[in-house]
Amino acid sequence: MPAWETTSAARVLEPARPRKLAKVPFVELADGRVQGVVSSGSDIARVYVSSVAAGSFAVSCSTNNNRPCGGGGHCKHISGMIQEAVLQYGQERVARYLRLEVPSGSSVMQELYKVRTPASDRAAAASVFSRFLRHLAYLELSAGTAPLPEMQWFPPVRAVA
Amino acid sequence: MRADLLADPVDGLDEALAAVAAFDGVLAGGLLRPQAAHVAGLSALADAVAGSPLAARVAEAAAKSAAGAAGEEHFLALAAARIALLGSVHDALTVRLDEATGRVRADAPVLAPAEPHAANLLAAARAWLSDLARAGWQGIDHDLVSGAAQVVSAMLPDLGLRRLAVLLDGFAAELGASCPGAALERIPLRRWADLWSRAMLLTQPGAAGFPASGTATGRLLPLGVELNEHATAVHAQVHAVFEPADGSGARLVRAGAAVPKPDTVVGAGVWQLLRPHLSLLGAVSEGRAMELTGMPITAEGDLVWNDGHARLGEPAEPFATARVALPVASAAATAPLDRHPVRIAEPVFLEGYTISTGEALTFTIAGFPIRVDTSRVPEAGPLTPEAVAASSACIGLVRWDDGEFTVQPLAVETMVKKKVTAIHAGAWAGGTADKQGVKAEKAATEAVAVLRERAGRLLRK
Ligand SMILES: [Zn+2]
Repeated sequence: MPAWETTSAARVLEPARPRKLAKVPFVELADGRVQGVVSSGSDIARVYVSSVAAGSFAVSCSTNNNRPCGGGGHCKHISGMIQEAVLQYGQERVARYLRLEVPSGSSVMQELYKVRTPASDRAAAASVFSRFLRHLAYLELSAGTAPLPEMQWFPPVRAVA
Repeated sequence: MRADLLADPVDGLDEALAAVAAFDGVLAGGLLRPQAAHVAGLSALADAVAGSPLAARVAEAAAKSAAGAAGEEHFLALAAARIALLGSVHDALTVRLDEATGRVRADAPVLAPAEPHAANLLAAARAWLSDLARAGWQGIDHDLVSGAAQVVSAMLPDLGLRRLAVLLDGFAAELGASCPGAALERIPLRRWADLWSRAMLLTQPGAAGFPASGTATGRLLPLGVELNEHATAVHAQVHAVFEPADGSGARLVRAGAAVPKPDTVVGAGVWQLLRPHLSLLGAVSEGRAMELTGMPITAEGDLVWNDGHARLGEPAEPFATARVALPVASAAATAPLDRHPVRIAEPVFLEGYTISTGEALTFTIAGFPIRVDTSRVPEAGPLTPEAVAASSACIGLVRWDDGEFTVQPLAVETMVKKKVTAIHAGAWAGGTADKQGVKAEKAATEAVAVLRERAGRLLRK
């Protein structure tokens, strides 16, 4: 079997798992945060930008127009976003990224609730929203048929049976 | 195929790979303040290319790096030395593989630099890669890694920069998920040094060019499809035998399409992103040949597909192509700058093997086992490791990684309800009626629709 350190095609990341995007169109593990965008239940033109920082578990939730969410600490947007992050990346990877201990039988959100008064991370919102817009811009990019030999380093990842 | 030759050691290989490994260790700690052990790694790399035209520049770069005083041009020289070494490994392995398959290969095409453009973006990418080299994999953090995002976003819309953009995008995603580097328990040293040096090379103006092109007119007989992907890009590549209309000899060729994608479009849903750009995928699913007229082709045997130069042909069963046309087809050589073992993906037809399913799945051919790499079989198709393990014939790609040749199955013949049946990894490329495939396609269509709706409301404000 190939060794991790000397294999060109070592699989570092697993692909995202499919999930429905209607409530949480975007979630990612990036910039030291689990961060995402949650559609508002009442206004189709509004989204909430939510994040939880790794290590400090500082939270941020505000609208795309920079109004703070009234939901307080662990609002429904934060819990919704975390739930979808777990669907997309798996609980183990989300917990590891957050540097959060999740005992078996518990969940990421249950453990986050134990952080009673999470610090807020106001700076996060603008950067998360711009990451979301960047993500949406992938839809606009054209396909190409020129050779792309660099993709030989990115074979598919098949779940090990 | 003579599997015995693939099991034999290749002269000089271990020495070249030892020098590569020594340098790969250096990148773990970074080049800002290299430690004694790393200085030895730099010397090993410089010594390994001492007899080449790169010698003086690499020796200087190694010395400057050892002193913690290296600049971008020195990092580039180190990357070039590593690429040259792996290029020589590629060449030795290809010679061995051609002996094993009995395949005739064309001479290497001459280097054809592309028209340089977007020098500022290339410079920005090189600056980021240099910062990475200074920090080392153990020194990466989110601030450093996120510096790639802006460069990648600016490059992606430009098809002329797509190779570097897609590479950096996939690389940065892996680094980002591995931060902070100080806490990494294991590091994919070979892989990240590969990606770093490859990207460094592509920041050289003109390096992403393709060797002198011509056109192809004749019959294209597909053998199979490979699918490659990272979170935000997908690439399908068809391997085929091309029979020129002028009666000159049959050749092995490839044709592909690639597109950036949101990371939530996954599984069999990715085919629909590629299908509109490569009518060949439809022909593959239908088991048909295609007739080409004046299709652009590079000297490396890559068709630069344009649906306007192709029309659907007669039925052509890939296993018949593999049995009859493949053995007499010649192969193209890899362009000078693209030589790397990861590029080795040689179509072969195998039968009469015995299968063992112990620790690893292997086909034993005339007494010599070769490992079958089913991890490269995409889940976006009907071919499964189980079908491969019960197969009697196989169309595959011979690859090489970490010291061994392996076979990536593209299609197998196996017994289904007492009848020999062909199962193709790329069977869903052109569309599918399979329940699982249809479900995955529908999920991907919905995902794209949701994102488009969101983009429509939020993107242009
Ligand atoms: Zn909220």
